Amino acid sequence: MGHLEDGRRVENLPAEDHGLVAPLVVLDGVGVRIGSTQILRDVNLEINAGEVVGLFGSNGAGKTTALRLIATLIRPAEGSGTVLGADLTSPDRYDVRRRIGMIGHVPGIFPELTLAENLRYAARVAGVPTDRVETVLAAVGLAGAADRPAGASSHGMQRRAEFARELMIDRSLLLLDEPHSALDRDAVDLVEGLIERKAAEGGAVVVVSHDRDRINKIAHRTVELAGGTLS
Amino acid sequence: MLWITIPFGTIALLLVPLAIGTDAVLLREIGPGMYWVIVMLFGVLVSVGRSSMETLPQQDASALLGLDPAAGFVGRTVSSAILLMIFESVVGVVAVGLYDISIIGPLWLLATMLIVAIGLALLGTLTGAIVNSSSAGTALVPLLVAPLSVPLLLGATQTYDGLLGGYGIVSWVLLMVAVVLVVAIIGVVSSRPLQET
Repeated sequence: MGHLEDGRRVENLPAEDHGLVAPLVVLDGVGVRIGSTQILRDVNLEINAGEVVGLFGSNGAGKTTALRLIATLIRPAEGSGTVLGADLTSPDRYDVRRRIGMIGHVPGIFPELTLAENLRYAARVAGVPTDRVETVLAAVGLAGAADRPAGASSHGMQRRAEFARELMIDRSLLLLDEPHSALDRDAVDLVEGLIERKAAEGGAVVVVSHDRDRINKIAHRTVELAGGTLS
Repeated sequence: MLWITIPFGTIALLLVPLAIGTDAVLLREIGPGMYWVIVMLFGVLVSVGRSSMETLPQQDASALLGLDPAAGFVGRTVSSAILLMIFESVVGVVAVGLYDISIIGPLWLLATMLIVAIGLALLGTLTGAIVNSSSAGTALVPLLVAPLSVPLLLGATQTYDGLLGGYGIVSWVLLMVAVVLVVAIIGVVSSRPLQET
């Protein structure tokens, strides 16, 4: 379980003690179907500001679907929920998407563009000044590879570029799917620094991983997804 | 995508004279029709291929940057239309050389090419979005595109015939514009639901 710097467990604190106003994520009996397959059922979850939540589950348990649900990219078939105050079924969710960052296990970058061009595209669409691109690329150790086509970059470099994107855009909620895979030691430190910083700034982070030991160290609490339901 | 479709489109134009013989008058007569058939068949491949190039993680990343699905639809359509104009131009030069097609009313022909490019781009982008959101997959593509592209094919061939014969073409141009507008409205309106199914 996670602790604050003074040793107190986050989940035992009253909300006002760690600056919480309302949960950033509320899922109430949510179910998700893809086609005729029920992926998630009766999922109940609250994530507060400042929290890092570890999400475990075996292959096919629905972890990625759960992240896409929280990212407002999938509408629930049953139940209700809000993310950053926006109802998961209302058009309001489009307005909060810019405040949600997600890094999946397959990089969502464009291979025809260079790493820097990918970030410039992201900056322009998100309305962030493009002059931050060089700074964030340097911060993730990609200063020398800015002009390399993303398609010709290693998986690890593509993931670093995605972390650079998340550094560049101010997100309130960060969803990470196996963030440690394909990364070297320096990049792992960078990721964990980003997670800590996001939580300290009052955001929230959900980390999906099979590496329980590592997640137990950085998460304030963990939940397990089994048979499409959280426990 | 163009590096595949332009050679195949050119080969398809070359095969027709081989099949029917070198009757210059007949080739000149059927040339424009053959050109538009080739543009329709291969153009849809360009457009659908372009719109289904984007992977789910890329789509998710763009959505989480705040990109409106309607803006994404318009962007994909514009990029497909540019590719289709290049395809139409290159294959058009080949068709003119091969079938000895007369260039009459160049501005009207250019306008027709542009309307067809936009129309096919819209159809391909819309179909690509439906295919991406459906478990039926690519089997839906010909079923959706074939009937919707018929008015464009008719409009394009009849516009050329009208220019050649000196009769009115406005109704055919309006038909093509109407198809473009209808598909554009359907595409924009359905872009959000299609992104989430």
